[in-house]
Amino acid sequence: MAVKVPELQKLGVQVLALSTDSRFSHKIWHEEELSKMVPGGIPYPMLSDAGGKIGEMYGVYDEAAGVDIRGRFIIDPDGVIQAMEVLTPPVGRNVSELFRQVQAFQLVRASKGAEATPSGWQPGKPTLKVGPSLVGKVWTVWNTDLAF
Amino acid sequence: MSEQAISCVQAAAGPLVSPSPDAPAGGGTLPTNKKEVTMTLARVGKEAPDFEASAYIDGGFKNVRLSDYRGQWVVMCFYPGDFTFV
Repeated sequence: MAVKVPELQKLGVQVLALSTDSRFSHKIWHEEELSKMVPGGIPYPMLSDAGGKIGEMYGVYDEAAGVDIRGRFIIDPDGVIQAMEVLTPPVGRNVSELFRQVQAFQLVRASKGAEATPSGWQPGKPTLKVGPSLVGKVWTVWNTDLAF
Repeated sequence: MSEQAISCVQAAAGPLVSPSPDAPAGGGTLPTNKKEVTMTLARVGKEAPDFEASAYIDGGFKNVRLSDYRGQWVVMCFYPGDFTFV
């Protein structure tokens, strides 16, 4: 994800990474490994959730293993959680899907809720204009091919 | 970032739980040892629970709060541990 941060910044997105490791561990990981994978290093704060109290609050702390599992939260400028995705550790995230969701939530917010993005929406695809006249008439403006 | 003494353990506040509405205001006489804080749980459509954590940022250490980023879109990613993929 770090290599995509410039693109996320274009969307006005701040990334925060959290694990139960200490900030010292973050520093060494960054110096010894991450800075060699990502040109210029990791451009976002790496937070320490020692004890897992923050992960607990977000429903991602695994007491048995003592770690925070892969949870990803999209938070809007008002501090409201718009999306969450939680995966068990062996499966990594899909950054493209993160981009899609951020763009969809930003579009909905910019329209002040007047538009919605139907299943499989991608930037450039039609949105739905939410309102009573749309009820029962979605088929006139949208078809299932648009979902894929 | 000014160079400051880095202690081994630096307390960060962790979850910032706002006082529960039924807590007696103005230091009432009710026993307040009700430690059982109703844990705010993250839910979509609800405000993200605020917290403070110590962070490694731009080569230095700093405490950050989620609320520091109010006004911006934020993507928060938890991961199981350093030296694993994120």
